[in-house]
Amino acid sequence: MALTIVSQIFPREMIPAVLPLIEDKLQHSKEIIRRKAVLALYKFHLIAPNQVQHIHIKFRKALCDRDVGVMAASLHIYLRMIKENSSGYKDLTGSFVAILKQVVGGKLPIDFNYHSVPAPWLQIQLLRILRLLGKDDQRTSELMYDVLDESLRRAELNHNVTYAILFECVHTVYSIYPKLELLEKAAKCIGKFVLSPKINLKYLGLKALTYVIQQDPSLALQHQMTIIECLDHPDPIVKRETLELLYRITNAQNITVIVHKMLEYLHQSKEEYIIINLVGKIAELAEKYAPDNAWFIQTMNAVFSVGGDVIHPDIPNNFLRLLAEGFDDEIEDQQLRLYAVQSYLTLLDVENVFYPQKFIQVMSWVLGEYSCLLDKEMPEEVITKLYKLLMNNSISSETKAWLISAVTKLIPQAHSSNMVEKLIQEFTVSLDTCMRQHAFELKHLQENMELMKSLLPVDKSCEDMVIDSSLSFLDGFVAEGLSQGAAPYKPHHQRQEEKFSQDKVLNFEPYGLSFSSSGFTGRQSPAGISLGSDISGNSAETGLKETNSLKLEGIKKLWGKEGYLPKKENKLGDEIEAQAIPQENVIMENVDQTITKKDKSQSLTQSKEEKEKQLLASSLFVGLGSESTISLLGKADNISQFRKKSKVKEIKSGEASAHSMTGSSFSSLSNESYEDYYLDTLQDRGDKELIKKISFNSELLDSQSLTELPVVEKLSSCSLSAPSLFADSNMEIFQPSQSTAASVASEISLVSSLSEDPTEHLRSDLKEVCNNETISVSFYKIWKDDCLLMVSSVCNKSSSELKSINLEIVSAENFKITEQLGSCLPVMEAESTKSFQHSVQMEKPCTEGILSGFVKYQIVDNHSFQLEFSVTLSLLDFIRPLKISTEDFGKLWLSFANDVKQNIKVSDSRAALPSALKTLQQNLRLHVVDIIGNEGLLACQLLPSIPCLLHFRVHADVLALWFRSSCSALPDYLLYQCQKVIEGS
Amino acid sequence: MEVKLCVPGHIYSVTEDLDSCDKLRGSTTLAINFYLYLERYRPKGKKMIKFFLMVNKQGQTRLSKYYEHMEMNKRTLLETEVIKSCLSRSSEQCSFIEYKDFKLIYRQYAALFIVVGVNDTENEMAIYEFIHNFVEVLDEYFSRVSELDIMFNLDKVHIILDEMVLNGCIVETNRARILAPLLIFDKMSES
Repeated sequence: MALTIVSQIFPREMIPAVLPLIEDKLQHSKEIIRRKAVLALYKFHLIAPNQVQHIHIKFRKALCDRDVGVMAASLHIYLRMIKENSSGYKDLTGSFVAILKQVVGGKLPIDFNYHSVPAPWLQIQLLRILRLLGKDDQRTSELMYDVLDESLRRAELNHNVTYAILFECVHTVYSIYPKLELLEKAAKCIGKFVLSPKINLKYLGLKALTYVIQQDPSLALQHQMTIIECLDHPDPIVKRETLELLYRITNAQNITVIVHKMLEYLHQSKEEYIIINLVGKIAELAEKYAPDNAWFIQTMNAVFSVGGDVIHPDIPNNFLRLLAEGFDDEIEDQQLRLYAVQSYLTLLDVENVFYPQKFIQVMSWVLGEYSCLLDKEMPEEVITKLYKLLMNNSISSETKAWLISAVTKLIPQAHSSNMVEKLIQEFTVSLDTCMRQHAFELKHLQENMELMKSLLPVDKSCEDMVIDSSLSFLDGFVAEGLSQGAAPYKPHHQRQEEKFSQDKVLNFEPYGLSFSSSGFTGRQSPAGISLGSDISGNSAETGLKETNSLKLEGIKKLWGKEGYLPKKENKLGDEIEAQAIPQENVIMENVDQTITKKDKSQSLTQSKEEKEKQLLASSLFVGLGSESTISLLGKADNISQFRKKSKVKEIKSGEASAHSMTGSSFSSLSNESYEDYYLDTLQDRGDKELIKKISFNSELLDSQSLTELPVVEKLSSCSLSAPSLFADSNMEIFQPSQSTAASVASEISLVSSLSEDPTEHLRSDLKEVCNNETISVSFYKIWKDDCLLMVSSVCNKSSSELKSINLEIVSAENFKITEQLGSCLPVMEAESTKSFQHSVQMEKPCTEGILSGFVKYQIVDNHSFQLEFSVTLSLLDFIRPLKISTEDFGKLWLSFANDVKQNIKVSDSRAALPSALKTLQQNLRLHVVDIIGNEGLLACQLLPSIPCLLHFRVHADVLALWFRSSCSALPDYLLYQCQKVIEGS
Repeated sequence: MEVKLCVPGHIYSVTEDLDSCDKLRGSTTLAINFYLYLERYRPKGKKMIKFFLMVNKQGQTRLSKYYEHMEMNKRTLLETEVIKSCLSRSSEQCSFIEYKDFKLIYRQYAALFIVVGVNDTENEMAIYEFIHNFVEVLDEYFSRVSELDIMFNLDKVHIILDEMVLNGCIVETNRARILAPLLIFDKMSES
């Protein structure tokens, strides 16, 4: 019973305490207890996989348990582990197949049968495991063909549960490496499902078809009629599944019908999740396969109006981008845009219709950009329509911002400005500060028509923007401020520290609340600044000052320096604030507001401003998204690939921009909720960099490379530190003797040539990892100070010359691999040996990892061969001594949060300390910092630079180990290694 | 606020984080965005079975067991919605319903509905039959089980269910083995 409870509720912190107990129970004589113990371990594996890593071997024992229940329980663990890393368990395929064969063959005790089907759920579980193992792997798949065939044959009883097994079987057959015979049989089974009169089976059949159809669309043709039938089925769930199926087989020919069906379903359903899901699919399909402009626009209109505001923000962004960048053909683009404008105008003409906010936003952007394409429609009329929308109360202020920017874009083309003046009047007294600012900006722009026209050119949304994010144009201003005695700008963290220290000195109890809020906004507002400064390149007012230095265009130039400068000034100090007022005559009100309220109701205004900021930011980001200059060029097929490519970039640019945005504030912002937008934008930016290669700003690139710099540096220093070594290991060694002898001899000579090196690095013995009649590959490790160097020597045993040798190590999850010397050789002479080098870093601590790789080579007659190998690396390969002083140790010790303690029994207490220290020093490469009485201090680091400290005390016959590190997982692993080493000695 | 992606089975949940975040920001839209964000990055497909419900036709919950953390008020909300959608279906419609981002599989025994919520990696038919297996076990233990049996022996039903489902996985389907611990308990309480 206790074991059941353990597996239900258990905190991860307590695992080390009970783990040994449960391990004991694995040997218990009663099957039920063994089973429960396995399940408890499964739970541990779920919540803290790294803590049970060392007992994997026991899971294997459980799998081979003589009792079926225990074996079945262990399958859960395996399913999980295989899901995470299928390559590590390929060797177990045989056992799983054997188990399944026994189960299917009815070898189990009779009480496992359910309606005379032997252990159906067990079968399903096994089939799932096989599916994961056999995926894209011919060799493993071959092992299971027989048993799959058998299960397909056996499961002919007409009972629901056999259908469940069949379904799983079919799914597996189609997931693993295909075999024609089995595929045919599986297809026949699907037919049985789909044609079944039972509705549940039909549903299952459709689901199976969806899996299958991705590999073999022709199967859909066989069941064409059934699918059509299901499409008009009274049950919406069946219908839904059919649509899912159709979505998979959509192509340019059938798109119209399928989307029509989808929209029909969409109109009927009310479930929000379904709407989001389906709308996304329609939009994707429409972008991919749209047959013509009119259809595309209409479909998207339907999507926007049905989907409402719940749709994913990507959809409008993609749509606008598509419109803005257009297809290859300019005329077609124009038509598309024209059509969009026309359809929106007609939509807006209809009275008393409520459109979702997102739809209005899209409309306003399109109208703002492209209504100039219309000849007959005057901009005034468009403005009037937009104005009507603006006055509508049901529209959110974010949408209003979109609308007003559209109006701003239209004004230069308009001739009379009655409407505009009315609008300005209306909004300069608006309660919404954001709207008011827009109105003021608009007003000032209006006064200077020339500037306005240059700022807001017609139809230029796709041109590049140059944004000066280093804010060099502010340098003068800052210098002026400094010369007048203002405090220099402090980066965010510095301010934060000061604030903390202040907090410590003066403990303002009663102000606790406002302090926290100001601390909070303090964290926020730099984000505001950086936002503001980032966009300030767009700012119209900046344009006034420095029209020449910046090339401006596009929309959303409305917010920027002005909106945020006051806050910057707040930071710079009161002097500048005072100075700023005369300067910033444009939004004097805003500044006043900020200053006067600042002291009194700081928390109140700031939280309000914050909201605005977030609102602004979100609309800004959306704007950026639509402006960004990716040439997706209508061939929307690219989109998905594109995403993938930019994914990596996205992350990088995420980091990079977080750095460039004056301090880490942006990343704190990014932790917050509209990371959605943030990511979107970053992605856009990432794309931008990727394609246009424009330097978005130098800082960004700098810091991006900065993040990689340490690694690069290390690598270069690594290669510099031991040039002689490289030269040697690179040496070609010719052996005139027989082929086998050659390889051995060459290995020896290689080793000997290396050992002559005056290098202080330790290294392992040469180990052969794979060979065949022509080639053999051996590895040895060099534990360098800053990385692990894997030196592989490829030996050509054959008497002929090999060509284009290529040794590659597949990048693995926890490791970072860098090639040191070219891993590709054009030619390799007979009976020679060549070396390759890879330096490996561990990115995430784990006790053991497997690096796999392959050697490719061509024999003279152009036959190309591939030989696979794998090398096991352990954590210890990456542990290096950390040479620090006792004082440093003390300091570091306090600064680390993650600690692990463990007591180990040792036999001989007197000699325990020195001997244990010695073993640790030798085997684990720990650095002994100090020995004080019966306590010892040790330090090491996990490459590249994660320190771990060990405090060590002998008390009677118990060794108390206490680890601390900045990395949470590392102490666990190290502890395990220490235990092993000490107990082993 | 640091957001930990939730570890399955652990008591932390998105919703809790969401609430505290909500208080801080005072903005619901943010909270929703935040939630959607988490939804996207939450590791998917870890839990097979999300919950197990026994509800009668009047909408009274007889037994509920959740394998994923959910707040109390949300549970009641979910239960009412689930039973509503089950009741709205006729016998010739299929017993699987898509509900939000997961699937419901239900089976009716007289006036009692058994509803299981699963994620979409699960084999629906297997669960469908599993429900039947569960009822068969109850039937064997109570000999002709009725709603009253379940009401008055809730503890035992829970023990049976715990034997069969653990951490959202089906762990035992052998009837004799499921009942073995329960029978031992009964013997102990008798003596």
